[in-house]
Amino acid sequence: MTRLTIDPITRLEGHGKIEIFLDDDGNVANTYFQIPELRGFERFCVGRPVEEMPLLTNRICGVCPEAHHMAAAKAADAVYGVEPPPAAKKLRELLYSGFYFTDHTTHFYALGGPDFVMGPDAPVAERNILGVIHKVGLEIGGKVIQARQYGHRIVELIGGRKVHPCTSIPGGVTKALKEHERAEIEKMGRWAIEFAQFSLKLFDDIVLGNPAYVDLILGDVYAHRTYSIGLVDANNKINFYDGRVSVVDPDGARLGFYTPAEYTEWISERVEPWTYLKFPYLKKIGWKGFVDGKESGVYTSTPLSRLNASDGMATPLAQEAYERFFSVLGGKPVHQRLATHWARLVELLYAAERIVELATDPEITSPKVHAVPTATPTEGIGVVEAPRGLLTHHYVTDERGLLKKVNLIVGTTNNYAAMSMSIKKAAQAFIKQGVVVTEGILNRVEMAFRPYDPCFGCATHALPGEMPLVLTIRDAKGEVVRQVRNC
Amino acid sequence: MVDQEHFEPVIIGFTCNWCSYRAADLAGTARVKYPPNVRLIRLMCSGRLDPTFVLKALAGGADGVLITGCHPGECHYLEQNYKALRRFLLLRRTLVAMGLEPARVRLVWASAAEGVKLAHEIETMVAEIRALGPLRWRQNGFTPDNAHDAHAFAVAAEEVSA
Amino acid sequence: MSVNGSKPKFAMYWASSCGGCEIAVLNTGLKILDVDAAFDVVFWPVAMDAKYKDVEALPDGAITLTLFNGGIRNDENVAMAKLLRRKSQILVAFGSCATEGCIPGLANLSPAREVFDTAYGTVSTENPMGVRPQPEVKMPEGVLHIPVFASTVRTLEQVVDVDYFIPGCPPESHQIALVIDLVIQALNGKAQLPPKGATIGAGASTVCDECPRQRNVKKIRAFVRIQELETVDPDLCLLEQGIPCNGPAIRNGCGALCPRAGAQCIGCYGPAEGVVDNGARLIAAFASVVDSNDPVEIERILDGIPDPAGQFYRFSLAGSLLHASRAVR
Ligand code: SF4
Ligand code: SF4
Ligand code: SF4
Ligand code: FES
Repeated sequence: MTRLTIDPITRLEGHGKIEIFLDDDGNVANTYFQIPELRGFERFCVGRPVEEMPLLTNRICGVCPEAHHMAAAKAADAVYGVEPPPAAKKLRELLYSGFYFTDHTTHFYALGGPDFVMGPDAPVAERNILGVIHKVGLEIGGKVIQARQYGHRIVELIGGRKVHPCTSIPGGVTKALKEHERAEIEKMGRWAIEFAQFSLKLFDDIVLGNPAYVDLILGDVYAHRTYSIGLVDANNKINFYDGRVSVVDPDGARLGFYTPAEYTEWISERVEPWTYLKFPYLKKIGWKGFVDGKESGVYTSTPLSRLNASDGMATPLAQEAYERFFSVLGGKPVHQRLATHWARLVELLYAAERIVELATDPEITSPKVHAVPTATPTEGIGVVEAPRGLLTHHYVTDERGLLKKVNLIVGTTNNYAAMSMSIKKAAQAFIKQGVVVTEGILNRVEMAFRPYDPCFGCATHALPGEMPLVLTIRDAKGEVVRQVRNC
Repeated sequence: MVDQEHFEPVIIGFTCNWCSYRAADLAGTARVKYPPNVRLIRLMCSGRLDPTFVLKALAGGADGVLITGCHPGECHYLEQNYKALRRFLLLRRTLVAMGLEPARVRLVWASAAEGVKLAHEIETMVAEIRALGPLRWRQNGFTPDNAHDAHAFAVAAEEVSA
Repeated sequence: MSVNGSKPKFAMYWASSCGGCEIAVLNTGLKILDVDAAFDVVFWPVAMDAKYKDVEALPDGAITLTLFNGGIRNDENVAMAKLLRRKSQILVAFGSCATEGCIPGLANLSPAREVFDTAYGTVSTENPMGVRPQPEVKMPEGVLHIPVFASTVRTLEQVVDVDYFIPGCPPESHQIALVIDLVIQALNGKAQLPPKGATIGAGASTVCDECPRQRNVKKIRAFVRIQELETVDPDLCLLEQGIPCNGPAIRNGCGALCPRAGAQCIGCYGPAEGVVDNGARLIAAFASVVDSNDPVEIERILDGIPDPAGQFYRFSLAGSLLHASRAVR
């Protein structure tokens, strides 16, 4: 076997690595999207007390610690079979809505949105938040900063800290909400609704008003017909904090629902030796490789998949936005991945409305925020909808509540197979025999995975969409033809 | 593999000045034999024992740590040996949770007159640690810089999947 | 970012990190503009595109200040630590992961093989052949590489020489802002940097000192787990209520955020000034609140701390005396 020399640069910069192999004709033969890190939470959480899981698993990801905090708290509730008082659940959901608001704002304005606002072919130096500010006016920058601060403030008021919140425990939370804190949150929530409406309007004006962008969204290069999943409430409306998982097939027909406790009947994960991250797929359908279609168990768990898998939004303004989304894009389901950016804004509006709903709930300031667990701890599963995909925590404990087994399927991981496919398809479309691979082409490939808002804080370490990406192109013999990076 | 026969455990003994240090002294003058494996460090009282000392000894290469103090009720500083007891019990639990055998840390009460008893305790401890082998904290299966070792366990799987 | 090459150069890098440290820096808000004004930002993957080659091309010592967050989990982390050490005048271990190993450092309680066996053999993993990720894999199209997983998590100091330490998981933004101010002032000759090896961006006493809860030096007959308590007194020290709060041995700097929110301090700011081993100090602190002289009774009370290794070394295992002793540089 001829062993290739390892290129030290590639290895060092491998925070997220795409290897593209060309065939003898110079066309794309295959692509590999590699994730270079493992930290082993599933192993070293064993032996720890279950009440610490919301604090330990926070450290999986500093971008979405709130999601791990919540999934862990819910799994810990389940381990004890304890039902937190209504105010405690509402406080957790309120914290979580504040987090969603911040997170979706960041993605749209700083990470994914600039491709549209500035145009995919704009120079890289302009395709960022600063470019957006220059184009749509200075006050937007201030608003985005404000939006992020408000979201973080809500997290801090309820969770005790801005990053890695600390208040959720089995049976509820450690801190009730005071009236003045509630009033502050309500005020921020009302501002948030306006901001979300403004953002949707911006998308309307800049993207939908431009036929070239609409064509890009509706084009085939960025489309994949896969299954969609999403967490929904009893009315099949999207909910981020609680509910059951709805699964729909590529035609939009519902395959079924599963409760968190049934997840192992629905989801399996595949291991490949060339990456540290696993590939989840629908167990009932099976793993057929990196392919589209009804026969393939590949699914997505994104804002777009959630819109596809649900019957609507639980708040009135977001419901209007939901209906408009599908009417403009030609009905359900939508498979054009670039539409995910728009779906994210629909969810942004829902998060904002939900903040106000919860902040004005008469129960939210109730002092009763904790129920003492009385049953012997055994096993529990907690699921929340993280911005980047369904998050599942599964714990088995001994009778003292010390962890014996831990299983985590984190947000971004759900979309790993789908992302890999999107990258391959884009690479095949843009990298052709005789075509010189430029930065612009790299961006088109990147645009294929940016809608998924990949957060390898969970899987590795990079921030959503900010993955220092290295694209290595090799010829049929495996020799490096060219390396391009997003700088 | 360690040569058990020729392994001479190194044990650090933290002894109270008022009782056990004198007991050890007495054992020496009375020619009571105890193995030379213990290096004694004199403290003014067992209550002076900071758990850090024990960790430093173990990190620095000791195979075991012996802590000695006056019998309950006889501490020259009143209840300080109870403090030592509480610290010792919690420290031992922690060390065990980190993978140490409990026999490697030992607390013994011995008055100034109990040279023979102390010699016997030391003998037992040396024998137990000899049986356990060196602490070899560094080796315990962790060799951070040896990347090939680190990953060797998975090579079979590569063949399987290829 | 500035392109003026004459300004001092700044870099920030994440090794094996959750990204929370970066978020904490971004949360300093307008302070970022001060950094941009005072420095030429040459390398900062979260805020600008990574330019590894540019770093490599710099003369040794060309970067004035590098903030390094994340632990050392694989050979790629080691290589980056060495590179940035070479290129930097001041290398700062930033955050708990870099300074003491943090929560991911708890992995050092198990051999690496077990970490793999667990992760790639969970209940939802379909892996009958026992496939494990490999540093180098031959695929039909060619050979693929991923970094080599080391057998332990190490701190930055266990790999390279470190100038300063900023504790916290993550460091609180107001503390980061103070450090930025200090460094900028020092560059302008208006302030002095502390001696090498100092911990900066934090206080010099303990979380208890900043905690508003009342302490009465009361001893306890039992430890309780926080979820077991019917009511937690909002004004009384948590440890005196039996809740295992790590405040007494942990460095202050956060403002006692967790006890203020009703939760125990889990120790993210690391050992207080002068403490050699975090766990040792906590063991002494916890032992001292136990109200008994009877061995049997003491053992019963200590049963209330079911995970002592995790309790006392939650954030500091990789940097602890025992573990540091086996982390050969
Ligand atoms: S110190 Fe904490 S916030 Fe920083 S990278 Fe590590 S886990 Fe994340
Ligand atoms: S032990 Fe905890 S609750 Fe008590 S004073 Fe210290 S920090 Fe506050
Ligand atoms: S109270 Fe403790 S755990 Fe909480 S932020 Fe402060 S140092 Fe960290
Ligand atoms: S004086 Fe001997 S133990 Fe205190």
